[in-house]
Amino acid sequence: MAFVNWFKRHFVVIAGLLTLGYLLLPNVVVTVFSFNKPKGRFNYEWQQFSIDAWKDPCGVADMCGSLSISLQIAFWATVGATVLGTMIAFALVRYRFRARGAVNSLIFLPMAMPEVVMAASLLTLFLNMGAQLGFWTILIAHIMFCLSFVVTAVKARVMSMDPRLEQAAQDLYAGPAQTFLRVTLPIAAPGIAAGALLSFALSFDDFIITNFNAGSTVTFPMFVWGSAQRGTPVQINVIGTAMFLIAVLFVLTSMVINNRRNKQKA
Amino acid sequence: MSTLTEAPPPLAPDVPETKPPRKRGRWTPYWLLLPGLLWLVVFFALPMIYQGSTSIQTGSLENGYKVTWHFATYWDALSEYWPQFVRSVFYAAAATILCLLLGYPLAYLIAFRAGRWRNLIMILVIAPFFTSFLIRTLAWKTILADGGPVVGALNSLHVLDVTSWLGWTSGDRVLATPLAVVCGLTYNFLPFMILPLYTSLERIDGRLHEAAGDLYAKPFTTFRKVTFPLSMPGVVSGTLLTFIPAAGDYVNAELLGSTDTRMIGNVIQTQFLRVLDYPTAAALSFILMAAILFMVTFYIRKSGTEDLV
Repeated sequence: MAFVNWFKRHFVVIAGLLTLGYLLLPNVVVTVFSFNKPKGRFNYEWQQFSIDAWKDPCGVADMCGSLSISLQIAFWATVGATVLGTMIAFALVRYRFRARGAVNSLIFLPMAMPEVVMAASLLTLFLNMGAQLGFWTILIAHIMFCLSFVVTAVKARVMSMDPRLEQAAQDLYAGPAQTFLRVTLPIAAPGIAAGALLSFALSFDDFIITNFNAGSTVTFPMFVWGSAQRGTPVQINVIGTAMFLIAVLFVLTSMVINNRRNKQKA
Repeated sequence: MSTLTEAPPPLAPDVPETKPPRKRGRWTPYWLLLPGLLWLVVFFALPMIYQGSTSIQTGSLENGYKVTWHFATYWDALSEYWPQFVRSVFYAAAATILCLLLGYPLAYLIAFRAGRWRNLIMILVIAPFFTSFLIRTLAWKTILADGGPVVGALNSLHVLDVTSWLGWTSGDRVLATPLAVVCGLTYNFLPFMILPLYTSLERIDGRLHEAAGDLYAKPFTTFRKVTFPLSMPGVVSGTLLTFIPAAGDYVNAELLGSTDTRMIGNVIQTQFLRVLDYPTAAALSFILMAAILFMVTFYIRKSGTEDLV
């Protein structure tokens, strides 16, 4: 009975931690198998401990090339989507104009559409235009689907912003440009940063839309997809583990910096 | 100032003036919108029109395609691939329900019970995102491998006997069965359920729980009558964010499934990229879009949260 009561009281914690375990299990497996020395082409069975792959992460033909293509596309997609998305977000929050509802739906639709539908329709457009599939078509597609996420992130931040701050700046004789650069932009910055980070992650990891519109260009997810058929090198796990660690470190650092700043303010 | 006897009416400090009137720049919003919207119109809306026109074309790759208003393609595609459509809806629904059941306790834990661990758990929910989802999905091949610890444990508990009888698994394997695909889908879209749930749970005032307790509500009653109804916006957006991408996904079915678990995404991908039968592929993709829009509209109406979108 004591156990049943204990279980009842802690049910949420137990169930929540089990879900967390389910979420993290593949990452643990990826990390462990980055130290494997597989027999044959596939890295699905544990054989022997080895740090060979960590010593030579670019030892697989074409893998680091695909990684660099993915980073370039993600970078430019982030720049493009962030600039265009921020402009739209400001227009939507700050101005009343006709067709606002229509614009909102057009922003919402790409997020509510299965990726495969967008991927296929873009391919029909490119085929009809006779466009050469590759770096540029991937970039165009990535900017398109990242755009809505940036708009949503920036909009949320600008909407919660106190308009009196800008009025105060204008009362203190700041011109429109100065008000924007010194007041509006810094306040909107966290939203813009969140949108940009999301764009980078979405673009870097996108497979479905890229798969349709890449032609013979191989991004990192395309390389992983191909390797699932041809044989997965251990180096893929090394990159996966490194990405996870970099992300955790990045977030932890930003949290530490935030904490310090808050303490200084207090 | 000293002659002023009547104080001016106090400015309500909590209600910021909603929209400062703008005299200058009547055209500014349009200039701000123009580049981004142009992008969406040309690379999102226009492609849909092209796809629509492709779906009613006939012809061949060699001789070229022509719009012939051949709507029979839709009928042929539906009658040939309806099992994959049904399967997609079924798998996506199963994954969505599992995501809700698994994700709710974790979101609840982060929102109300985690205390100073909140940020750490949040990081652990988001960080896996940064490892390519294909790599993580491939890891499930190792986890669910034949004769691996998971399959061994399920076997010794006789779980696999039951699931095989239900048709979710076959014999003593999990890989290449519906269970593996649903497991992968659930895993892949779980964070999309947890984050909206967390956002709506976090907004709930903790004092409401105390009030319910003071009124002699048992914890479960409090959950059923107070917490869950208040978290409905999160439930609705979470289920949409998992169901829609899951229904169109073909990665999990390809990597973890077999030919018996092909979803509609797999068919569209094969038709477009390997068979090169563009009209059929376009028709299938249009049917998927229409089906999802229909289901989503119905669902939003039913759940009474139209203001959500």
